[in-house]
Amino acid sequence: MNAMFSKAVWSPYVAGALVGILAAIAVVVSTNVLPKPKYLGTSTTFVRIAGLIEKQFAAEHVAGNEYFKAKKVKIDWQMMLVAGIFLGALLSSLIGKTFNTEKVPSMWAEFYGKNRLVRAGAAFIGGFIALFGVRLAGGCPSGHGLSGTMQLAVSGLIAMVFFLAGGILTAGIVYKRRK
Amino acid sequence: MELFLGVCTGILFGFLLQKGQVLRFEKQVGFLRLKDMTIIKFMLSAVLVGMVGIYLFKDLGIISLKIKATHIGAQTLGGLLFGIGWAIFGYCPGTAIGALGEGRWHVLWGVVGMLAGAAAYAEAYPFLKTTVLSWGSYGKITFAELLHVNHWLIITVFAFIITGLFWLFEKKRI
Repeated sequence: MNAMFSKAVWSPYVAGALVGILAAIAVVVSTNVLPKPKYLGTSTTFVRIAGLIEKQFAAEHVAGNEYFKAKKVKIDWQMMLVAGIFLGALLSSLIGKTFNTEKVPSMWAEFYGKNRLVRAGAAFIGGFIALFGVRLAGGCPSGHGLSGTMQLAVSGLIAMVFFLAGGILTAGIVYKRRK
Repeated sequence: MELFLGVCTGILFGFLLQKGQVLRFEKQVGFLRLKDMTIIKFMLSAVLVGMVGIYLFKDLGIISLKIKATHIGAQTLGGLLFGIGWAIFGYCPGTAIGALGEGRWHVLWGVVGMLAGAAAYAEAYPFLKTTVLSWGSYGKITFAELLHVNHWLIITVFAFIITGLFWLFEKKRI
């Protein structure tokens, strides 16, 4: 058992199947203990954190914004889930000895070099577009891709198909080998 | 209790994402360049097991579903936008936080970008609500409801498609 936990890498089939079990059990547990069932999802947390930060500067503006009102700017189950993802990944990478403070991803460097500022700018712009898009779509690869498709939701599969279409087309342009 | 349950679920989720190598930039972008199917193997395995579990518990009356409404305009446009950002950044919201956990500090800039994107969306929401979000709304529907068939039939079809894809990935060694 110990040997399994300290292994650096698990088969994606095994790790994924365990996430499937986790997702179903999380719904059963939350249904029994909390007022509402909880399905895996992460992106609304970014809205809530943005709201919590903005509140420090413009409390009235946040209180009056329709979207912040609908999503409720507070610490909730999902925000703790996101914090847990950080802790779980940290724990797993320390046990498996794969924790690595890399400056720039190696595949990124193959195309755009090791300049940290260039990578930081691209990550900021990419993150901005991604979160805006994901909120418009109403969920991320966790909320739509995992939880949505698991429930056979039409919205989940449509979103996932367009996530992949947008991603694959863009990657084909951004990471194109120059001859 | 709500917060405690959330963090426990998250730790297990993050642990499995890390062990499955889903948090690596090379795996995310490698998939979008169609060179490495690791993240899609992980995701489809979770869907395969999860859909059986969820509907089993639902049929037993233990849980209820929580379906997101279908808005064709928002899911296609928003989906494409997300895809563009995903390819440039190299992470989705959940995996970005996980990647920070395994030491990839450069992800922090992307996280700041995501928070700015979330704030911008909150400002744009009143406009989007009356435009894109109102195009092609069909409510909270599942494929079983849409096609008027038993959900286990859909699950069987999905299971065949997913295992077929797995077979293809292994055959092509990607």
